[in-house]
Amino acid sequence: MSGGSDGTLRRTLSALRHDPPAVAGTVVLLLLLVVGVAGRWLAPAGVNDVDVDQMLRPPSLDHPFGTDELGRDVLSRVLVAARVSLEVGLVSVGIALLVGVTVGLLAGWYRGWVDNVLMRGMDVLFAFPVLLLAVAIVAVLGPGLVTAMVAIGVVYTPIFARVTRAGVLSVREQVFVRAAVSIGASDARIIRRHVLPNIAAPLIVQTSLSLAFAILSEAALSFLGLGVQPPDPAWGRMLYDGRGFVTEAWWLGVFPGAAIFLTVLAFNLVGDALRDVLDPRQLTVSEANRSRA
Amino acid sequence: MSSTPPPAAGVAGTGPAAGDADAPVLAIEDLTVTIGTRRGPARAVAGVDWSVRAGQTLALVGESGSGKSMTVLAATGLAPRAARVTGRVRLLGEELTALPEPRRRQLRGRHVGFVFQDPMTSLNPVLTVGRQVSEACEEHLGMTRRQARDRAVELLDLVGIPLPGRRVEEYPHQFSGGMRQRVVIAMALACEPALLIADEPTTALDVTTQAQIVELVADLRRRLGTAVVWITHDLGVVAGVADTVAVMYGGRIVERGDVDAVFDAPAHPYTRALLAARPDPQHAGGDLPAIAGAPPSPLDLPPGCAFWPRCPVRGDARCEHELPPLVPVAPGHEVRTFCPGGEDA
Amino acid sequence: MTRFVLRRLLQSAVVLLGVTLVVFLLLQLVPGDPVRVALGTRFDQQTYDALRERSGLDRPLVAQYVSYVGHALTGDLGVSFRSGQPVTTIVLERLPATLSLAVTAVLLALLVAFPLGVLSAVRSGSALDHAARVFSQFGVSVPDFWMGIMGILLFAGVLGWLPPSGYVALTEDPARWASHVILPATAVGLVTASILTRFIRSSVLEVLSEDYVRTAEAKGLRARVVVVRHVLRNALIPVVTVVAVQLASLVGGVIVIEVLFAWPGVGRLTYDAVQARDYPVLQGAVLFVAALFLLMNLLVDVLYARLDPRIGLR
Repeated sequence: MSGGSDGTLRRTLSALRHDPPAVAGTVVLLLLLVVGVAGRWLAPAGVNDVDVDQMLRPPSLDHPFGTDELGRDVLSRVLVAARVSLEVGLVSVGIALLVGVTVGLLAGWYRGWVDNVLMRGMDVLFAFPVLLLAVAIVAVLGPGLVTAMVAIGVVYTPIFARVTRAGVLSVREQVFVRAAVSIGASDARIIRRHVLPNIAAPLIVQTSLSLAFAILSEAALSFLGLGVQPPDPAWGRMLYDGRGFVTEAWWLGVFPGAAIFLTVLAFNLVGDALRDVLDPRQLTVSEANRSRA
Repeated sequence: MSSTPPPAAGVAGTGPAAGDADAPVLAIEDLTVTIGTRRGPARAVAGVDWSVRAGQTLALVGESGSGKSMTVLAATGLAPRAARVTGRVRLLGEELTALPEPRRRQLRGRHVGFVFQDPMTSLNPVLTVGRQVSEACEEHLGMTRRQARDRAVELLDLVGIPLPGRRVEEYPHQFSGGMRQRVVIAMALACEPALLIADEPTTALDVTTQAQIVELVADLRRRLGTAVVWITHDLGVVAGVADTVAVMYGGRIVERGDVDAVFDAPAHPYTRALLAARPDPQHAGGDLPAIAGAPPSPLDLPPGCAFWPRCPVRGDARCEHELPPLVPVAPGHEVRTFCPGGEDA
Repeated sequence: MTRFVLRRLLQSAVVLLGVTLVVFLLLQLVPGDPVRVALGTRFDQQTYDALRERSGLDRPLVAQYVSYVGHALTGDLGVSFRSGQPVTTIVLERLPATLSLAVTAVLLALLVAFPLGVLSAVRSGSALDHAARVFSQFGVSVPDFWMGIMGILLFAGVLGWLPPSGYVALTEDPARWASHVILPATAVGLVTASILTRFIRSSVLEVLSEDYVRTAEAKGLRARVVVVRHVLRNALIPVVTVVAVQLASLVGGVIVIEVLFAWPGVGRLTYDAVQARDYPVLQGAVLFVAALFLLMNLLVDVLYARLDPRIGLR
C-alpha cells in the first residue's frame, strides 16, 4: 500500500537497470534533456544564419548535417528544435494528465450522473482520430506553440481519464478504502492518501507512452505548419520545408526525421520497460487503437 | 476390485496391450521434472514411479505444488516448454520418452483422455461442444466429420447429458458447470482411451455435482474397463474412487499402497496430517484444520525429508539432512520416512 | 443480441450528438468573425452578407446548433466559404482517394503483421520473436511522414522506380494508381503493421495460456490444428476490432501523408481547408470522419458479438 512506495521505486529502478533497451532509452532521454536546455549554446551556428553561398551543401566538417535551401546549418537547427519538441510534449501531456486525472477521479469516485456526463464527454473526444482533432483545434485557435500544446493536451485527455477511472473503481472496493470511508475520512483525504498512490503505476506508464505519441503529434502538426511558427525551427517543419529538395539533398530529410524517431523511440522504450515492471498486462484493444499518433 | 476388465465396447481396438490385463496401461519409472525459471531450476518432480492397470484407479494425492499434476503432464508430453523431463514412461508397452513428439501426440490423443480441473475454462468458448468432442475422433480414428458428430451424440448420451442430439450443437456457455464437466469427460472418452487422467475434476464443482461426477467416472470405468489416474488434494474423494493411492510431497512419493492399507494404517506423518485435515461431512462448510506451515518451494527443497520443516514428529536425527528411502511397511504398502507409524506423535 | 445492438446503437447516437456539438463549437472558437477571417483580403460586403446568412451565423447559438444538426441529419453540411459548393459533395468526391490509400495500407500491414504476430507468439522467446518485437518497437516510433520522405528519397530519387508524388484514380488506370499508391501506403502501413503485430502477438499469447488450449493439446491434435482451430479463432476476435478501427482512423489520420504525396483525399482536403480558413469544409470533413469512425466501431462491436457466441446472450 502507500507505505511501500520507496521499495517500489527501488525495485523499479533496479529492474530498469537490468533492461538494456530501457537503459538505452534513458541515456537518449538524458542527452535530449541536455540538448533541450543547452541547444542554443551547443549549436555551432545561429539557427537563422542565412548564407546564400552555402545553400544545400552536403554534410562536411563545417556543417556536419549539411545546410538547407537558405544556407542555414542543419545541425544547429536540429539541436535547437529539440527544445520545442520536448516543451510541447511535456506541457501537452501535463495538461492531459491534470485534466484527465481530475475527470477520472471525479467520475470514478462519485459515479452516478457525474460519471455518466464526464465519461460520455470523454467518449466524444475519443471518437475523433487523434491527429484530425488536433489539426481542427489548432486550425480554429490559430497556429502556434501554445495552441499546439493545448490541442495535443485535449486529444490525450480521455486516455488518462479512462485509466484513472478504472483504477479508482477497483481501489475504492478494497478493504482499506472502505475502512477509511467507514471511519469518516474526508473524500479529499482518502483520494490523496489511498487512491492516488494506488493508481500511480498505470498513470506513470501512460504518461511515458503518451509523451512518445505527443511528440509524434507535435511533429505532424509542425509538418503541417500548425506548430511553432517560422523562423523558429521545429523538426516536423524542417521536413516539410525540405521535402521538395530531398531527392537532391538527402540530409534535409534524414536528420530532422531521425531526431524525431530517436526521441519517440526513447520514450517508448522507457514506457514499455516501466509497464513491464509496474503494470504488467496484455495490450488492450483501446490502447492498440490509440497507439497511432 | 475386478482384475479382468470387461472388453471395451469398441469403435476400434483398444490398443497394443488390450489383451494383456495384467500389464500396466501406464508405467512411469524414475520420472524427474526440472523447470528452468528466472530464479534458477525448480525440481518439480524427483524420481517418481508408479503404474496403473486396466480397470484400476490410482489416486495421486498431495497439496498444490507437490508435483502430482506435473508428473502426469510430463509423462504424457504436456509439460511446459521450460521443463526438462527424464525417466521412463511406458504407455501400453510403448516407451514414450524415446518417441518423437508427433508419435507421442498420436498415442496421447488415442489412448489417454484428460479431464482437467475447471470445466469453465477447459472448453473452447467459440466451438460447439459437439465439435470439441468429435475432433479427436476425426484425428485419431479416421472418422468423417459426419461419423464423428454421430459419435459425439453417443458420447454425450453416455455421460448423461439429456437431449444429446440437440445439445451437441450448443456452445459451452449454454451448459452449467456440472454439465460442462460431463462434456469434458465425453471429450476425454471420445477415442475409448485405455487411460483416463482426471486432474482435480471435482474441485471447481459444488458438493452435489462433485458426487455425481465421481459416480459417473466410477461407472464409466466399470463399463469401459478404463484405467484411471485421479489427481486430488482431497482424501475424502480418494476413499470412494481409488484402488491404490500414492501420496506426494515436495515432488516425491512419500507413501503408497492399497487404499485400505493407507487409510487404516497411515505410516507417514504427512499422510496422517492429511487424513486429520479431512473435512468432516457432518460439518461441511466449516474451516479445514489445515496443516501448519507451507509446502516447500521446488526452488529450494530441504536436503533431508521434505516434510521435516512442518513435521510434528521429527522422530529421527537423520530426518533433517538425509533423504529417507521408500521402504515397505506391509505387503503392498510403502513409505518414505525414518519413523513409520510415528508412535511419539 | 438485438438488445445488445440496440444499446450500442443508442450509445453511438449519444456520442455522435456530442461529436456534432464539438464540431459545431469549433466554429465558435475562431477568434473574431469566422466569415471575415475566411474572406481575409478578398472581403466584399455582398459576399460577406450572403455567406453569413447561408451559414446562419446571424441567429442565436442554440438555434444555429439545432439547425446544424437538423441539416447534418439530411446530409447537408453547409457550403464552402471558398467555392460555394455543398460540403457533402466536396467530401464525398475526396473519399475514394483516401479509401483506396487506407485500404491498401491496412492490407499491406496485415500481410506482414498476421504471420509475424502469430509466429512470434507461437514461438515466443525465439530469434524471430525478438526480431518481431524490434520491428514493432521501431515501427510505432517512426513518424509515417518521415518513412514517406525516406521512401521518396530511395525509390523516387536514388532508384527512380516510382513517382515521388501524385495521384491517379484506381478506376482510371489501375497500374499507374498502384505505382503512385505504393510509397504512401507502405509509409502508413508500416506503423499499422507494427501496431497490429504487437496486438496479434499479445492476443495469441493470451489465448495460448488458456486452459482450453491445453485441453486441445491433450487430445493429441496436431500443433497446426491446435493453433488454427483453437487459438486463432479466439485470438483473432479482438484483432478484427483493432483492424477495423485502424482502417477507420486511417481515413481521418492520413492527413500528413496525403499532404506529402499530394494525394487528393479527405486529409488533403482538411489541410487545404485549414490553409484557406474554409471552416465549413473543415467542420464537414471532421464530422464526416468522426461519424465514419463511430459507425465502424459500432459495426465492429456487432461483428464481435456475432463472432463470439458468449456475447450473443447478453
